[in-house]
Amino acid sequence: MSDVTASAPRRIRMTVIGPILALILLVVAGAMMNPNFLGWDNVTNVLARSAFIGIIAVGMTFVITAGGLDLSVGSMAAFIAGLMILVMNSLVPTMGVGVPVILVGMAVALLAGLAAGLLNGILITRLGIEAFIVTLGSMGIYRSLVTWLADGGTLSLDFNLRSLYQPVYYGGVFGITWPIIVFAVVVILGEIVMRSTAFGRYCAAIGSNDQVARYSSVRVDRVRLLTYAALGLLVGIATIMYVPRLGSASSATGMLWELEAIAAVIIGGTVLKGGFGRVWGTVIGVLILTLIGNLLNLTDFVSPYLNGAIQGAIIVLAVVLQREGKARG
Amino acid sequence: MKHFVSGLAMAVALAAPALAQDGETKVIGISIPAATHGWAGGMNYFAQATVDRLEKAYPQLDFVLATASDPAKQVNDIEDMVATRNIDALVVLPFESEPLTGPVQNVKASGAWITVVDRGLAQEGIEDLYVAGDNPGFGRVSGEFMASALPEGGKIVVLRGIPTTIDNERVEGFQAAIEGKNIEVLGMEHGDWNRDKSFTVMQDFLSKYPQIDAVWASDDDMAMGALGAIEAAGRDDIKFVLGGAGMKEMVKRTMDGDAMIPANVTYPPAMIATAIEITAVGLVSQAPVSGDFIIGSVLVTPENAESYYYPDSPF
Repeated sequence: MSDVTASAPRRIRMTVIGPILALILLVVAGAMMNPNFLGWDNVTNVLARSAFIGIIAVGMTFVITAGGLDLSVGSMAAFIAGLMILVMNSLVPTMGVGVPVILVGMAVALLAGLAAGLLNGILITRLGIEAFIVTLGSMGIYRSLVTWLADGGTLSLDFNLRSLYQPVYYGGVFGITWPIIVFAVVVILGEIVMRSTAFGRYCAAIGSNDQVARYSSVRVDRVRLLTYAALGLLVGIATIMYVPRLGSASSATGMLWELEAIAAVIIGGTVLKGGFGRVWGTVIGVLILTLIGNLLNLTDFVSPYLNGAIQGAIIVLAVVLQREGKARG
Repeated sequence: MKHFVSGLAMAVALAAPALAQDGETKVIGISIPAATHGWAGGMNYFAQATVDRLEKAYPQLDFVLATASDPAKQVNDIEDMVATRNIDALVVLPFESEPLTGPVQNVKASGAWITVVDRGLAQEGIEDLYVAGDNPGFGRVSGEFMASALPEGGKIVVLRGIPTTIDNERVEGFQAAIEGKNIEVLGMEHGDWNRDKSFTVMQDFLSKYPQIDAVWASDDDMAMGALGAIEAAGRDDIKFVLGGAGMKEMVKRTMDGDAMIPANVTYPPAMIATAIEITAVGLVSQAPVSGDFIIGSVLVTPENAESYYYPDSPF
């Protein structure tokens, strides 16, 4: 801790500026290339689109800060979406099309998310298996389960139910849609927990040195378990926002979300090996990732074959911006 | 390994006449990619359904069905079929052309009948029967429909699949068909045959272009994503979305006269059924069945949609 404060003024300033600078550059570039870029519609599209990865990435920030990793979130989201659709469809004949069915569906999503997160957490903390291996395993399991549930095809929500449920993604208050609102609330809560609660400090302490944390009477395993459980719950929340969008789930749902979430966390300035986390940085990371895709679609700047290369280059650049700051500091 | 396989192949070749004498049971091995997306799911369904039907119809035939999630697994499956089941015929939809060519050639050397489905092998002349869809034709039929549905011409956007030969052939066929028809392609982006990706790409197309007359989504999953985006944006300048491949939900909507989905273009996953059926006929009868069997892409309209609607299929 002491060496962080020693070189604090310069170092913190540069690492803070890095991701923000990258985001501003992207926004300016976008505004110059296409006049619609800063239009209300496009801005809300981008924010709503960021919400899924964003909500998950906030949870991921805590897991990574505490020195962990979760590769299963994308498959988990697909599985929960599939489960939710199956449960809601099966309730339609008995409960009819109405708000109660949707509430049951939401409860299923939250419970399934929490259970899946706890399962990951228990395997990692109680059995002491490497997080990478546990979540690589559960990634495969959930991905196969959703393929199996969908019989290799696509699970679609009952058409009438979908119309009723749709406002959860498309509707909102004062022109701001629900996914954006939920994303904002999750971020604010995450920021408070990370900065001003014992839990946030425990995460950082465990991530930087779990032995020292243990001697300082931090209940290491319980804190770690909680980070995975919270992440699972957030995956459930993201899925609740995701299902009404297209009303379907298949084996292609949530593909590579885990890597996008991890990339967003790292771009935002959280340290991959743990010990330091920044929730608002994660938000910037998510926005950068979503904006790149948006910009590439809005302009005919490069061949679509090269989209992946541009994305990769910008991700690395955003992180280099921070590292340079650190080196100079 | 190679020696082992060819040694094995020899053994099988020697054993084959002996087998043929007792009981005349013949084994058909079927190796296909696992159901990792909608179309493959449909293909798996039709493969299973055909095997069930043929096992009842021809008691003298046995079937081994294996699904693989990657090319290496598929190679193992095929080697196992030769080693443990002495297959008399192999129906294979190669995951990728290159890695499967050698192993299938080894099966051929064992004297088995080879049917290749959809994706050709890297070397010609290995297969006895080739059953495939018509990708340039798929693009052409789509383009012709687009031209006839927009007689005055118009502005369209195109969603493309995963960058592959399949996608390139389709797009080339489409472009050739709309040439000189006064149809302006505003933009083309890859939606990767994925609903979510297509949803975001379509949202961005909508922000970028104030006037779009129609969308060629080139696939029904992508059409679903595009429709979601159009509906959410509340845009009414788009007259229709043309998907493809014949997903049951979309064919149903065409059948019900949905103006946004006036047509579909088939690329049937049931082509695996065609391949298995013809292979079975070749084994049990004297009918000659070698050659190429190209399944044309057909335009599905509200009038004929009923005959392309398979409610039991997952796709």
